[in-house]
This record gives sequence, structure tokens and C-alpha cells, in this order.
Amino acid sequence: MSDPISAVPNSAGRFGEFGGRYVPETLTRALDELAAEYEKAKQDPEFQAQLNQLFNTFVGRPSPLYFAERLTEHCGGAEIWLKREDTNHTGAHKINNTLGQALLTLRMGKKRVIAETGAGQHGVAAATACARFGLECIVYMGAEDVRRQAPNVFSMKLLGAEIRPVESGSRTLRDAINEAMRDWMSSVETTHYIIGSVVGPHPFPVIVRDFQSVIGQEARQQSLDSFGDLPDRVVACVGGGSNAAGMFYPFVDDTEVELLGVEAGGRSEQPGDHASPLTFGEHGILHGSYSYVMQDEDGQTCDVHSISAGLDYPGVGPEHSYWKDAGRVTYTHCQDGEAMAAFDTLSRTEGILPALESSHAIAKAMESARELGPGKRLVVCLSGRGDKDSNEIARLKQEGY
Amino acid sequence: MSAIDTTFETLRSQGRKAFLPFVTAGDPNLEFTGKVLQELVARGASLCELGIPYSDPIADGPVIQASYTRVLDQKQKLANILEAASQWTAALSAPIVSMVSHSIIHRQGLENYVARAKAAGIAGAIVPDLLVEESAAFSEICQREDFSLIQLVTPTTPRERALRICETSTGFLYFVSVTGITGERTELPPEVVDQVGWLKERTDLPICIGFGISKPEHVKMLSPVADGFIVGSAIVRKIAEVDEKGEEAVLAEIGELADQLMAAMDS
Repeated sequence: MSDPISAVPNSAGRFGEFGGRYVPETLTRALDELAAEYEKAKQDPEFQAQLNQLFNTFVGRPSPLYFAERLTEHCGGAEIWLKREDTNHTGAHKINNTLGQALLTLRMGKKRVIAETGAGQHGVAAATACARFGLECIVYMGAEDVRRQAPNVFSMKLLGAEIRPVESGSRTLRDAINEAMRDWMSSVETTHYIIGSVVGPHPFPVIVRDFQSVIGQEARQQSLDSFGDLPDRVVACVGGGSNAAGMFYPFVDDTEVELLGVEAGGRSEQPGDHASPLTFGEHGILHGSYSYVMQDEDGQTCDVHSISAGLDYPGVGPEHSYWKDAGRVTYTHCQDGEAMAAFDTLSRTEGILPALESSHAIAKAMESARELGPGKRLVVCLSGRGDKDSNEIARLKQEGY
Repeated sequence: MSAIDTTFETLRSQGRKAFLPFVTAGDPNLEFTGKVLQELVARGASLCELGIPYSDPIADGPVIQASYTRVLDQKQKLANILEAASQWTAALSAPIVSMVSHSIIHRQGLENYVARAKAAGIAGAIVPDLLVEESAAFSEICQREDFSLIQLVTPTTPRERALRICETSTGFLYFVSVTGITGERTELPPEVVDQVGWLKERTDLPICIGFGISKPEHVKMLSPVADGFIVGSAIVRKIAEVDEKGEEAVLAEIGELADQLMAAMDS
């Protein structure tokens, strides 16, 4: 009998052929130390109890599984259920990972934390976890993202974090990760890098997936409790892919459940106009991991585009590449305009402003509902709330979106 | 033996150390890179490191990063760089080693990269993001093709691991003098002398020290244990001023810096 699809990664951090560790030698010792500490923490009931306590009393978990009745009616097909990660403290799923990693930081005896952020949700979640535990927090953020996610920048500062805008390259998430890695190259002995997604060198992809898996574990149980069955399809948006990895992982061995990942389709299918490496990319190496990536024939990373800062990333987590090539998860893409329309529809039918990232998942869930038809059930990860996007959406609407 | 092995053998028999300048290929254009290499070798560089620009170089500080960006902004392609390199290597008396991200090597195909680099007269590769545990396949190809694969040891590398890296590195061992990214430093950590000294007693591989070296004082401090010195950002910073100062002036400044550092090396 072959191993279940959930039995990854191996000890070298490989998800099938993907993942691994492609970083400068300087970081090896810290990554080994992190992997060892994480293994110990996983076995430590006290660590698990501490994290669960934080999830329950600080984050407000479990997050509800909500039946979106009016959205379902609007689409006229399968039932749409929303996994409400937007109701978490700090407004998105990112806090699940930052609390876990902050606890690991304390266990390793480190006092300083660095993080990168795209939409700012991970930055806010990292700043929050650091404030909660008295850790120094520095957040690298692309200068373009500092502009388009201003409310989150303000929150991070209020939480005591230092924001370092990154002016190099495309001035977005990818450049913020480069800059955070460079900081870590010099500070690795005293600093932990709380990476925000299921990307980067081993052990980051597995650590982030595990901390985010609380989303899927709850959703799976809530499905059984709410409608006595597993959903027919589960939908989540994919940038680096942390909410999707956390949502999908507890379902990957339930082969009857279809899994649909939604990448940012941007303006068009032309290179540079989208951020859909699983759809249009190649196998390659970016930010320490072997995965699908948007790169040119020389191996240079390509510029990508999405209206959503959190999805505006040329790479994707290695486990998604594994799931894609194994045929376990279907990946599609949703263009900027469709995501904007889904934002409006959810806001007006349910009174919920979704994050622009999550709006991509909502758009494809609406399409799925029509395709599957009545009698079927969909669970969508509503990974974050949209308040942070209001100014940017107002600006985009003026531009005619 | 690759040309790099021969170079170090000769240097050793003469009791000399290697000066290894780093230059970004195509900065600000391929023609000038050729001139800089020629100047450096004429001044006495034993070996030149040719930086292949990469879009996301996480081990590099602002100076080298900016040089990579300048080249990539001109849409310079690997094929053009290798074509130019074949002309440079034909005319130079010192070997050239490529400093190249594994992202680029992987995209070309491991065999294909080695074949193309060798055809361009390049004697080896330093791959800053290829760790010893991920390097088996590439290392095997390099060994077969007599293409040096220079691996790196850093101050954070545990000793047992450093010995393992020495076993798989060929050509020389690149000892990174600081915990950090490339770029000039005012001072280098004094522990590096002991760290390199310890390794030197346990390997026959020449050990060259790089990252942060820009001053004669650095070279003097490390001279008792180093077989060679790698100098990158201090040279690339001068190249960045070529538009402002003109080619002749920049070449002269680079030559002077090389002279100063080499004088400290042999003193």
C-alpha cells in the first residue's frame, strides 16, 4: 500500500520532489535548530496546551463555519459555507501561524523577530504575537504594499513593530522576503524569522502548514456537525498558499472531497499580468525551496501582478506543487475583475467584507456552486476581512474596475 | 585537475597567496567587464570570480544586489554573458570561476550549465545557495567534467559539518568571514583567524576568505591562515561609478585597490 498523500514532507523537507533547502550556508544551523525545536514542541503536551489556550482565548477559535444562505440563493446551486477566518483576532488566518512561531521563538531563547508581509495581515499578526510575548518585531514590506495597505501599516506601528519599506525590485512581497532573509543572514544567532506562508526553506513549509491546519481540522469537524457529511468541494485562495494548505491538509486523505486552489489571475494570462505559478509557471527554485515559480528561461524570477497584495507573489509553497503534480488539488485562477465582483457580491448578500485575497476564493466558489448544482456543499476559506482593502478598493473603483 | 587546482598548486609552490577579485558580468556592459578582468589579471589576480546576475540574491548586500539589478534591467541574458566570457577566458592568463545561483543552474539543467560554462572557458562554480546536502547530483557532474565546485563554510557552520563540506568542495574552500551578507566591513571578527586555522590543519584544500574584505588591514589580519582573498563589493562599488568618472579613472582606481590589497597579502 502506498503512503497516504498527507505523509509528507520527508526528513529533508521534500514534498515528493518539491521543497528542500536552497539557502546560504550561514542559515543552515538556524534551520536545523528550528527543525529540531519544532519536533520537540510537537511532542510536548504543554506546548500544544499553551497554543490551544491562545487559540481559544486570544484568537477566538474555533472560527465559525457559516452557511451563506443569501449568497447560495444568489448563485442558485450548491450550498456555500464559509470558514470564517476573518473573525479571528487581527482579522485573518495569519495569527494561527505567528502565535505558534512566537512560542517557538521563546523556546529557542531568541528575543528578536523579523517578518515579511505583503497585504500586511501577516505583519499585523506577527506584530501582535510579538507584543503579546514582549518580543522585538521588525517587519519588511514592499514599498508598493506599504502604499496599498496603509491601514495595516498603521496597526503594526501601533503594536510596537518597526516597519522597513523595501524599495528594491518590484517593491512587493517577493522583495520583502529577500530583505527579511538578508536581515536573517546577519542576525540569525539572536533572531527568529517568522515567515508568513508555507514557503521558504525546510522546515518553514511544514511548520506553517501544521499551525494553519487548525483551519481544516475545525472545518472538517464542523462540516460533520453542521450537515453530517464532508463537503463535496473545498475552496481556498493561493498566494504563497498558507490558508489553502491549512484548509486542505486535513482533507487530503479524504479522496471524495474535491480541493480547489485559486491563484491570482491578475489582468490577463500574459506573463507579468498575473500571479499564477501553478497554472503558468515552471519547476524552479525561489526563496530557498523547489516549487512552481514564474521565471524566465535564464531562471530569473519574473514580475507578477495582482490587485491583491497578499497574492502578488511569483512562487508558491512546495506542498501545493506536490498536490498539483499528484493530481490531488485542482488549481485555477481568478482575475482581478472577477475578484472585485465577488467582493461586492459577498458584501451585499451577506454583510461580510472579504479581504481581496479571499475574494478570489469566493469568486471561484460562486462558480463552483453553479457548476455542482443544488444538493451539493462547498466550504470556502474566508481567509481574512476586507477592511484593510477599503481605501484600495475605492481607488480601484475610480479607475473603473 | 581543473585550471583552478593548477593555479593553487603553482601559488603554493611559490609560497604565494591568491587574490580573487569579484566582478559582476555585464556591469555596466559586457565590454567594460572584459576590461576590468584584464586590468585585474594584469595587476596580478590569480583567479577571477564572475558574478552571474540573479534577480533574488539573498546572500548579497546592497552593492552587489544593485549591480545585478543594473545588468538585469538591460535584459542581459545568460547566453550573451557566456559568449562574452568565452572571449575573455581565451585572452586571460588566470582562470575564471562563476558565482551563480542554483536557481539559474537548475533552470539550465545541471549538465547543460556545466557544459555551457566549460565551453566558455569557465573553470568552476561557486553556488551560494546550494548546500552540501542538496549538492550530490551537481557535485557528481562537476567531478566527472573536472569543473570545480567551490563550497562555502561560514562562522555558523558546526565543525563536523565544515569537515564534510571540505570533503566535497573542489578547487578551493570559500570561507565566509562574517555572519551576514556580502559588503565591505570596517572590521572583521577576530575569531575567523582561529576558525580558518582549525580547518587548515584538517584539509589540504586551499582556503580563500571572502565577504567583507576591502582593506589592507583585513588582509594582514587573515594572512597567516588564508590561501587567498576574495574581494567583491569594494570593486563593484567602483564599477558603479563608471558613468560619472569614466572608464579610465575607474580602471585605475580598481588597479590601485588591487595593488594595495596584494601588497598587504605578501607583506
